[in-house]
Amino acid sequence: MTTMALGKAINAGLRCAMESDPKVVLMGEDIGKLGGVFRVTEGLQQEFGEQRVIDTPLAESGIIGTAVGMAMRGYRPVCEIQFDGFAYPAFDQIVSQVAKLHNRTKGDVKMPMTIRIPYGGGIGAVEHHSESPEAYFAHTAGLRVVTCSNAADGHLMIRQAIASEDPVIFFEPKRRYWEKGEVDEQASLESAPLHRARVVVAGTDVTIATYGPLVSTALAAASVAAEEGISLEVIDLRTLSPIDFDSLEASVGRTGRLVVAHEASVFLGVGAEIAARISERCFFRLEAPVLRIGGFSVPYPPAKLEDAFLPDADRILDAVDRSLAI
Amino acid sequence: MTTVMARPDVPANPVPTPGQVDAQGLTPDQDLVQLIGPDGRRTSGSPFAALVADIGPEELRSIYRDLVVVRRIDAEATALQRQGQLGLWAPLLGQEAAQVGSARALGADDFVFASYREHGVAYCRGVDPTMMMRFWRGSTQSGWNPYEFGMTTPAIVVGSQALHATGYAMGIQHDGASSAAVAYFGDGATSQGDLSEAFGFAATFLAPVVFFCQNNQWAISEPVHLQSHLAIAKRGEGFGIPSIRVDGNDVLAVCAVTRHALARAYSGQGPTLIEAVTFRMGPHTTSDDPSRYRAPAEEEEWKAKDPLARVRALLEAEGLIDAAYLEQVTTSADETARSLRSGCIGTVEPLPMSLFDQVYAEPHPLIEEERASYAAYLERLEDQSS
Ligand SMILES: Cc1ncc(C[n+]2csc(CCOP(=O)(O)OP(=O)(O)O)c2C)c(N)n1
Ligand SMILES: [Mg+2]
Repeated sequence: MTTMALGKAINAGLRCAMESDPKVVLMGEDIGKLGGVFRVTEGLQQEFGEQRVIDTPLAESGIIGTAVGMAMRGYRPVCEIQFDGFAYPAFDQIVSQVAKLHNRTKGDVKMPMTIRIPYGGGIGAVEHHSESPEAYFAHTAGLRVVTCSNAADGHLMIRQAIASEDPVIFFEPKRRYWEKGEVDEQASLESAPLHRARVVVAGTDVTIATYGPLVSTALAAASVAAEEGISLEVIDLRTLSPIDFDSLEASVGRTGRLVVAHEASVFLGVGAEIAARISERCFFRLEAPVLRIGGFSVPYPPAKLEDAFLPDADRILDAVDRSLAI
Repeated sequence: MTTVMARPDVPANPVPTPGQVDAQGLTPDQDLVQLIGPDGRRTSGSPFAALVADIGPEELRSIYRDLVVVRRIDAEATALQRQGQLGLWAPLLGQEAAQVGSARALGADDFVFASYREHGVAYCRGVDPTMMMRFWRGSTQSGWNPYEFGMTTPAIVVGSQALHATGYAMGIQHDGASSAAVAYFGDGATSQGDLSEAFGFAATFLAPVVFFCQNNQWAISEPVHLQSHLAIAKRGEGFGIPSIRVDGNDVLAVCAVTRHALARAYSGQGPTLIEAVTFRMGPHTTSDDPSRYRAPAEEEEWKAKDPLARVRALLEAEGLIDAAYLEQVTTSADETARSLRSGCIGTVEPLPMSLFDQVYAEPHPLIEEERASYAAYLERLEDQSS
């Protein structure tokens, strides 16, 4: 076990993947000499050369479109989109090409591509640097969508994503890049399935299902609740397409109450799908309707307003109270 | 089939490195419009010289004043960021002449579509520097009304504004008006599809748009040759857009070529691409550390081409500088800095409930519902804490 920050853990995971498979190539803006604006690819170009860690021209559609060709030629591209808000120039290539090629060619062509996207707010950034676009991608058939919340998962899940034969959108909670955790660098790819949620804290009263940047927030809410004698179960979803409904169902079977929290807008978000499915699966076990908290249906605001926009422990606890009041 | 193995008998294609590409296929300074020599003397040989022949002593002095003030705005903003008053700042240090020279050529009816670094252009359009600060402070997404100054607020998505400028120019054309749209963008932006599309539309429709590229040699850590092996100006030519390379650190040359491009636009001759060759002397933004990717020697080399020093040398050569004038310039810069500092620190921050304002132009029930439920939540929170 080594203690590492999340950003460093993803860096170490990328290094492992590159060492074990010479077909893994990294592509993106400023990822080489600079090591990425968040330094997630730091040192990799030095180590593996400019052919495997490619500083691309400033064009996201170009990055993903050429990665499609690289993948067709037998490579495993790992593309970095510098910030969430710059995934959209690449959206057409991702949705119309990356996601559909396997199906279009009846399985002849595979797209073992990983698209890393630092996402979410909380860093006081300017416009387009704090968005949570995961629902757009999870809504698209053909894409797998995952997100890590801690260093151990950062290291393991990036390797699993790269090893996947399908395209994986890999969301990294940028405001947690500096949070440290224990990482088992030897953990095998099979040590925990990529598409499985995890119960981070077991509890009995209300289940909080969340992911990425809000896992830490939910844990903070759980400790506050515990002081008041309320026992929260915190689930880190980890995977948004597919979603691990079995784990959610099991948890709701124990608590009877579910609050889903994400930074993305609530309207038509991941929480909406979970609320619908859990209502179907757990109708007679639910003590209260599934509640959702998250971003409002407004554009991500300027930095001075982001604390108001982002769900915090208080907003989670308020939802817990509302759930328990029913 | 899944994997095609690399053939061991075929050497991998070498990736071009800086040394292999001679400065974008050109020898330095070749076909670069320049009107102030390094010795501070105005040159008259260039056909562009006539376009700024009207710029006499008073205007030169006022241009220099603008350059100094703009540099001071930039320095003050950087200081404010270091002091925690701004979240971020994108310095224009080194690009003052490219911005002031081009902006001073514009007419009141022209419309600027900016990127995020055009503080000097904004200043020339009459934007109060305090308004510029509010965006970078994180207090608003838009520090001024674009219609009031004929200039958009920062476009963060690189390259997006070039298409908007082109469309605005198409509107000017449909109106039969004789003004122009001007798109400012960087060298990195030219790699975006949006730029190619803008060039294509503008050329097809002969739109009255000026594409003003500040080639400051870097896109964060990526040197310009990573975007283009040819001079950026050559890209315009490929689309049939007449293109000019200008010394971006020569304020008169920049002004002259911009006047030329505007005259073409006003008279129905269509778009022009200007590549202003300049240098980003500072970091990409206050979050950036250029020592990670570029050599101090390059910075030194460009220091010798400082755009302010050039005009100062011109003023001196023509005997236009005296102590009283220099004091005026300093006072002007000091006052601007003082005012933007107090304006920035005195910003009235937006209230949480303003999150729901101006999302749509017409009422939307979802917004109203969320506004009400958030207000109710804030009340509950208040009750609990009291
Ligand atoms: C679509 C998009 N991709 C990436 C970024 C991140 N980014 C911001 S500025 C920049 C470099 C831009 O370089 P250039 O166009 O040369 O302008 P300069 O910053 O040098 O003025 C990058 C990559 C962005 N803002 N938008
Ligand atoms: Mg640049």
